[in-house]
Amino acid sequence: MTTLIEAPPSDADGLLPTKKKKSGGGLGQYILIRFLLIFPTIFILVTMVFFLMRITGDPITAAMGGRLPPDQLQQRIHDAGYDRPLPVQYFEYLGQLVTGNFGTTLSDNRQVTEMLATYGAATLELTVNALIVALLVGIPFGMIAAHRRDHAPDAVLRVFAILCYATPVFFAGLLLKLTFAVWLGWLPVAGRAKTSSELALTGLQAPTGIYWLDALRSGNMAALGDVMAHAVLPAVALGLLTAGIFLRLVRTNLIGTLGRDYIEAGRSRGVSEFRLVTKHAYKPALIPIITVMGLQIAVMLGGAVLTEKTFEWKGLGFQLANYLTARDFVAVQGIVVLLAVIVAITNFIVDIVAALIDPRVRY
Amino acid sequence: MSRNPPMEATMHHKAPLLKRLPVISHFNKSVGLQRGMLVAGLVLTATFLLTAIFAPLLAPYGYAQLSDSDGSFPTQQPPGGKHLLGTTVGGYDVLSRVIWGSQTAILVIVVAVVLSIFAGVILGLVSGYLGGWLDRVLVVVADAIYAFPSLLVAIVMAIVISGGESSLFGGVLAAAISITVVFIPQYFRVIRAETIRLKAEPFVESAKVVGASSVRIMGRHIYRNATRTLPLIFTLNASEAILTLAGLGFLGFGIEPSSAAEWGFDLNKALADTTSGIWWTGVFPGLAIVWTVLGLTLVGESINDLNDPRLRGRKRAGNKGGPDSAAAAQAAISADVRSS
Repeated sequence: MTTLIEAPPSDADGLLPTKKKKSGGGLGQYILIRFLLIFPTIFILVTMVFFLMRITGDPITAAMGGRLPPDQLQQRIHDAGYDRPLPVQYFEYLGQLVTGNFGTTLSDNRQVTEMLATYGAATLELTVNALIVALLVGIPFGMIAAHRRDHAPDAVLRVFAILCYATPVFFAGLLLKLTFAVWLGWLPVAGRAKTSSELALTGLQAPTGIYWLDALRSGNMAALGDVMAHAVLPAVALGLLTAGIFLRLVRTNLIGTLGRDYIEAGRSRGVSEFRLVTKHAYKPALIPIITVMGLQIAVMLGGAVLTEKTFEWKGLGFQLANYLTARDFVAVQGIVVLLAVIVAITNFIVDIVAALIDPRVRY
Repeated sequence: MSRNPPMEATMHHKAPLLKRLPVISHFNKSVGLQRGMLVAGLVLTATFLLTAIFAPLLAPYGYAQLSDSDGSFPTQQPPGGKHLLGTTVGGYDVLSRVIWGSQTAILVIVVAVVLSIFAGVILGLVSGYLGGWLDRVLVVVADAIYAFPSLLVAIVMAIVISGGESSLFGGVLAAAISITVVFIPQYFRVIRAETIRLKAEPFVESAKVVGASSVRIMGRHIYRNATRTLPLIFTLNASEAILTLAGLGFLGFGIEPSSAAEWGFDLNKALADTTSGIWWTGVFPGLAIVWTVLGLTLVGESINDLNDPRLRGRKRAGNKGGPDSAAAAQAAISADVRSS
């Protein structure tokens, strides 16, 4: 959930000494610098999360405090090494992270990496579905709003965009659930699939964890339909959150390009308004969307946590909510770190794509 | 984030005080759809504020009240009769909790925004004015926090501050500080950028020549000029603060129902009701959130548009497709790209 008006994302540009001298550098150098910038970002977040979570005490007391007698608690803290000095623990933790060891969860005693792998696919599926909904709603409506600027459709769509932002994703989900699942009974209430299809899909050899992909691969059409039906409501709830932002973005950018001379030239040659909007003005207006999409990934991951909780969609967010309730901070830390890595890598990819499309970005 | 053009500034000195007040001056500048949006936002926000202030008078029952002189409240009773909006699983009166919830919301917004402006402005001024390695470190840290999902930052902070426990004051404070950490980078960026721009202005140089200390230059000369865009960010952040608070509450990091009413927490509890068709426990707190966020966003957006002469609608625009409109649209889009 970021504000509708965001501070310019490239504020730090020109600050880092390495970047000052690269005016003559090509794409390769740009990619390299962007790639190297991933590491400090992840490092800072990991460090902050580690120290913040340890200020309040050790995870074992948080999870088990009150349920174990003090001497047993002390013993477990000692066994896990949480009574050593913080810097020692910190460097050990960093070392573990580098080797891909995120520790073991306290509440259900699982490998954090295994837990992340199991539930990460579900979150990925939800986020991609939601992104598709957001683009399908945001881009055409934004085009309509720009085309009919300052007329009734524009006013209605702008209010719709603000409503999308103002409605918390879990409330949107609750309303969708009430309407389409409980009252109309068209779609399932919660979950990712029926138990039967879930069993069929997880029983596959080397499942990807992305259900529709698994269903397609195994040719199980009944399961595919079931999975699709389950996916609709969560995707719409999360997608609408971002759709409003895309709508506004497409609208303002299209209005900008529609005022350009080359559009005027096209109009004077008799190109239809529809073709002007969909063909001529559309492409240059898309560039900012790609940049914003990167920022939106972070928003969507935050929203995914809430959506998964609403629809009992068993992904990282759902697990995060459970582990939070169980006060299992080892697991929470693992999920947060993974999400930090995902956000950093997505931003890197978006930067590169933006640079490939628009050479001016590379400066 | 454009600054007022100089012409407007001189005009301000002539107009009477009443007309120079932020919202009133914006109202006078507005026209048509823009005025409609501003008025709608103001009405929604005013209702929210009034509800919060007069909650003790408006609410039929206390937020944690489970019984009155007639005995215990029924549980999950549909709207109507004694309980206009029904009751929850726990037997709370939904209407009362929605009304009291506005107080919690406003408390959290005010504490969160004041704290983040305070911290963000100081860090931004120092970082922008002094520069050097401190500036670089702060920028990298702020960028890292900014890129991260704000809800997760708030969750981590909530764990740090309260360990997830929630008493009345502790809960409000924990939520507010969690939200503060999310917002500091935003204020920091805006103020820092302004400070760097202002640092090169002649008046700062002359202050230096006169021998003013760095603290004085930052505190008097730059501060006054760099904080002009803050009211706008304030309105936008207030709405985001509500959403973050509700998100935290929805995940169970809210404030216990016995210590205060919080909309997000009520929605969390209402989630289980929906499957059995019980809609009133969730719909009303949810509508309260939408109402408040919508109001604040409309006001913030309108002020943003009205501050920018290129986005502002004109009273008599005359020819729509005139030679000006292309240039104006181009300027508007570049402004928008900069701010998005």
